[in-house]
Amino acid sequence: MTTAELLADDPIWLILIKVVGIFAFLVVMTLFMINWERKVVARMQQRPGPNRVGPNGWLQSLADGLKLAFKEDIRPVLADKWVFFLAPVISCIPAFVAFSVIPIGGEVSIFGERTALQLVDLPVGVLVVLACSSVGVYGIVLSGWASGSPYPLLGALRSAAQVISYEIAMGLSIVGVVMFSHSMSTSDIVKAQGNLWFVVLLFPSFAIYVISMVGETNRAPFDLPEAESELVGGFHTEYSSLKFALFFLAEYVNMVTVSALASTLFLGGYQTPFGLGSLWSGFDNGWFGLVWFVAKTLFFLFVFIWLRGTLPRMRYDQFMRLGWKVLVPISLVWIVAVALVRALNNSGEFSQQQFLIILGVVLGVLVLLSLLLPDRKVEEDPNAVPITGGGFPVPPLDLEVPKAPTRRTPVVANLPKEPVAVTASKEASDGDV
Amino acid sequence: MSVLNLAQDFLVAAQPATQPAAPVADTISTGEAVAFWILGPLSLLGALGMLFARNAVHSALWLVLTMLSLGVIYMVQQAPFLGFVQIIVYTGAIMMLFLFVLMLVGRDSSDSIVEVLRGQRLAAAVLGVGFAGLVVGSLAQAFTRVDSVGLTAVNSSGGGNVANIGAALFTKYLFVFELTSALLITAAVGAMVLAYSDRHGKGLKKTQRELVEERFKGDRPGSLPGPGVFATANSVATPALLPDGSVAQESLSALIEATTKEHLADDVADVSGTGHRADARALTGSAPKEGTE
Repeated sequence: MTTAELLADDPIWLILIKVVGIFAFLVVMTLFMINWERKVVARMQQRPGPNRVGPNGWLQSLADGLKLAFKEDIRPVLADKWVFFLAPVISCIPAFVAFSVIPIGGEVSIFGERTALQLVDLPVGVLVVLACSSVGVYGIVLSGWASGSPYPLLGALRSAAQVISYEIAMGLSIVGVVMFSHSMSTSDIVKAQGNLWFVVLLFPSFAIYVISMVGETNRAPFDLPEAESELVGGFHTEYSSLKFALFFLAEYVNMVTVSALASTLFLGGYQTPFGLGSLWSGFDNGWFGLVWFVAKTLFFLFVFIWLRGTLPRMRYDQFMRLGWKVLVPISLVWIVAVALVRALNNSGEFSQQQFLIILGVVLGVLVLLSLLLPDRKVEEDPNAVPITGGGFPVPPLDLEVPKAPTRRTPVVANLPKEPVAVTASKEASDGDV
Repeated sequence: MSVLNLAQDFLVAAQPATQPAAPVADTISTGEAVAFWILGPLSLLGALGMLFARNAVHSALWLVLTMLSLGVIYMVQQAPFLGFVQIIVYTGAIMMLFLFVLMLVGRDSSDSIVEVLRGQRLAAAVLGVGFAGLVVGSLAQAFTRVDSVGLTAVNSSGGGNVANIGAALFTKYLFVFELTSALLITAAVGAMVLAYSDRHGKGLKKTQRELVEERFKGDRPGSLPGPGVFATANSVATPALLPDGSVAQESLSALIEATTKEHLADDVADVSGTGHRADARALTGSAPKEGTE
């Protein structure tokens, strides 16, 4: 019985329970994630992090969220009234919708009803996540435009370009998975990884997906749309109160969703890891799948935090170059290679041993050929003047060292007699010049 | 091939189970009818809104509404792949590019009412009427002569919706498909040729490396002296002082008119009068005035 058939006869109350469950899961994950992020980053920087509100500071984000709700809601005069209101909503809804196709557990029975821990299973499930992320970016772009001020607009422009570029890389990284699982349905992809996770089989796809998922969610080191050192707050500069909270929520829910998709596509979703299922069959229970799934998702969320604590923000042109000139070409070549291998495999003309030998020979020839490539000639400029010594700027040989001045006092003799602070006194002028 | 067959079975079974197993062709379920009567007016509203909105960005948003409604209509009509691709490609990428350009143009710019192309309106009217005629004709043809058979038969055979679209695209319609991609690539290359600017031409942007080399060859490899902020005061108008106590002329901004600068008029005149050369390597300012020594 496939997951889709299993889900088809869900009664309405079960569907409602699942919807509420997913919503609660995402919101709780957001609250948890904000705290966890602050604590982990603090640990990385040798400081305690939030530790006041609640046990060990774990209720800090709840308190922050409540405070945010009671703040004054400000709309700038130049803002476009309706679009300004609509933007946070648009960015928030798709973030939640995307999670509906993620299989968060195996087959279970809830109040005597057999079902799978998944809201819907579409034959094109993976595309739902892509579609939701491409609609969600409208929220960011429109918020930047509707704010009617330059910094948000710049953030919105960056975000539009960034998400379009990285969505291509993300889509291409998913193609490899679809080729191996023969299906775009998320539950089928999880089932296809029963023996071997795709992270082993398709490591380049996995690497590209992880990089592009960070770019897609606007997180450090790719958080250019809200780069606080350049654009104040980027697209959400003008937002306050609950509207800002919605952006906050959408960002974290998106992080959870792409992490969940990553574990679904590459880490076997709710499947038991490391062959633990052979130790005790209870590990393969549907409800235990939920534990494995959450653990794998938390792993990716930790990677998000880790990256943020480690890497500095990229420059915008470097970021776009990485997307278009590195990730996309590598994905394309990798997809062709995967398709070739699968076609040869399916044709049955080669055994696996023959295939590996051929692969080794081809790689060896490529390495030899690369050794034959001549080094690129460095062009010598006949007019070049050596401006530095040994690669570092050095003082010139004819350096004139000035004589020490006779008096260290500033030149004040011709100044008017009024109490001028700047050159004469060192202290008095604070603030009044 | 057994794996492929297995996958095809998977896909067949994974079809939305809301559809009855073997429906009569050309029947419309209640759910589909309800969805149509909600989404149809919405997409029409979007189209009208696009036409009549004053603001270009609002127009684009109305068009997004139309495209989203169409995407959902496709999904309801047993074409989930087409529906999601419509959302990803049209609303996600193409309309986003539209918005991108509109935002660059600016929110307050209005249409130019001067007609630059002669006979533009006439040509537009003729072409518009012709296009409308074509659409009405083909629609009439579709309504009267073509029998709709529904997608159920296609969706439940040979690997399901996605696999069948793929097979049709890469076998029966391969030539058209390749032709379309050739057209798109031509357009992209054309746009790049038109927009490409040679970096090494006259008056164009230098690379970071060129700028660095130029700077090191010049007479000031370091940066200009900053203002004397925090040395004596916290205003950017405060001049920086050189080691011999005179004012570093380059640290004074011509744009900032400040009292500090006026107070130092003598000093400034003194410095500029001697034609202060900022030789950073020599670490000297102008010679101090004799009177103060």
